[in-house]
Amino acid sequence: MITNQEIVDDLVGKFGGDLIFNPVENYGLLNVETTADHILAAMKYLYEHPRFKFQFLTDLAGIHFPDAKGKELGVIYHLHSLENNVRLIIKLYVPIENPVVPTLVNQFACANWMEREAYDFFGFDFEGHPNLIRILNVEEMDYFPMRKEYPLEDATRKDKIDELFGR
Amino acid sequence: MPTDEIKDIAIAEQQLARNGQQRQYVNELTTLNLGPTHPATHGIFQNVLQMDGERIISGVQTIGYIHRAFEKIAERRPFYQITTLTDRMNYCSSPINNMGWWMTVEKLLGVTVPKRAEYIRVIMMELARIADHLICNSILGVDTGAFTGFLYVFQKREEIYEIYEEMCGARLTTNMGRIGGMERDLSPVAIQKIRAFLKSFPPVMREFESLFNRNRIFMDRVVNVGGITAERALNYGFTGPNLRAAGVDYDVRVMNPYSSYHDFEFDIPVGYNGDTYDRYMVRNGEIWESLKIIEQAMENLPEGPYHADAPEYYLPPKQEVYRNMEALIYHFKIVMGEIDAPVGEVYHAVEGGNGELGFYLVSDGGRTPYRLKFRRPCYIFYQAFPEMVQGSTLSDAIVMMSSLNVIAGELDA
Repeated sequence: MITNQEIVDDLVGKFGGDLIFNPVENYGLLNVETTADHILAAMKYLYEHPRFKFQFLTDLAGIHFPDAKGKELGVIYHLHSLENNVRLIIKLYVPIENPVVPTLVNQFACANWMEREAYDFFGFDFEGHPNLIRILNVEEMDYFPMRKEYPLEDATRKDKIDELFGR
Repeated sequence: MPTDEIKDIAIAEQQLARNGQQRQYVNELTTLNLGPTHPATHGIFQNVLQMDGERIISGVQTIGYIHRAFEKIAERRPFYQITTLTDRMNYCSSPINNMGWWMTVEKLLGVTVPKRAEYIRVIMMELARIADHLICNSILGVDTGAFTGFLYVFQKREEIYEIYEEMCGARLTTNMGRIGGMERDLSPVAIQKIRAFLKSFPPVMREFESLFNRNRIFMDRVVNVGGITAERALNYGFTGPNLRAAGVDYDVRVMNPYSSYHDFEFDIPVGYNGDTYDRYMVRNGEIWESLKIIEQAMENLPEGPYHADAPEYYLPPKQEVYRNMEALIYHFKIVMGEIDAPVGEVYHAVEGGNGELGFYLVSDGGRTPYRLKFRRPCYIFYQAFPEMVQGSTLSDAIVMMSSLNVIAGELDA
């Protein structure tokens, strides 16, 4: 059984506290943060680690925090070590003006569509992706709809007063 | 010729050579549109195939025809209104999606669900799994030309839907359960219907299996068709029956038990080489295991409340609302979505009909999720389809797609 503390210690020992930081446990699930420059090395290390074997990419989610200057857009990788039954979340944040993240397609074939989805909704530029085009939205769309500046409902409507509904 | 195409042709030729065949029409490729509304795709998605005669050289997929922006819509809705979105993902087994969502919210809110509610949820989820696998396997029969089995087991699926109806009033998009438990207890009629189902289903299933399992025509169509190695399947993020058919015994119900699954004895059926026949057999095996689970849950059904004592999140009974001030306040607050959730991040996964169905919920303390990401198994494994069909015939591709159980609603979300 591998504990979360072991994973943090090992990662920090390998990469240093500057590159792997903010370890948090959310409901038992370990979250660590890294930077876009080091994500590939970290992923490769975790994949090839003789004990941890994080060889399954469960999911990849984008997220947008408009108020965090310089770290507006985030990518959240969900890793799973099927052998040890341990999950791990790795996050990284990039500025919205230049959201470049290296692609994971060479390591995980499933990252292909996951990254296309994240591009489609948040506009990440996955460097080295073989086919970074929209996947669920129409090709003609010229914005990234999951970003927070796009309200779901028509902003010009006057009949729905958000404050009355706690929104 | 672009380099991609040359690479595709080289791969297809290798695959053909493995079957002792070679390309027939060396100088011309035919482009074939499979979909978006092809009767064999069971949903709206397109494959543009490059064909060498009857053999597939490469495929390009287009999806998103029924994309409904659920993740965006969810950012505007209070938690209790989001189940109706999850219904519409894998609509063949909506109760599993519903329960997965409730469990995610309960994990965030810290609500403990009573044992009886957990058992009722397990019963509903396993019924949904049976319905899901029945549809997939019987439609596989239809795609290979055998209609009888399909009509036969659909009678049993109808009985499952009647049980849903008894539990929640709906059949397909169920919106079953509430935060903290179920919206109603198992009624005597529901118990009687479940018992009748448990009794009448096994003979039907045995007959269905005897129609297909060793059927010469069926086996010729599915054995060694559309195989995928365990290594590739894991790399492609396969989960659920499609991964287990390749020989990996990963099942969320066993690896990360939720909703009292650790109380039940059941096996995980695994396949050997991940081909269409193995996928079919694994699903059949899972139907039997689900039956075992339902039987155990019905036998050991605990007494007690069917929902948690969480007045802030669970609607009070309607007659109370008219008489009791507190109930009226809670009713109003819940319905208007006035109750804020704690700040937090939750990932919760359940074993859906097609594999690991995950909910990644980021809450900023408001009435709605800040971000909600559905891990939809179909979306992730369907991208392996072009690699799987390369070098096989068009008719095999149809069978492969059918046995992968790609559900358009889950694919596009």
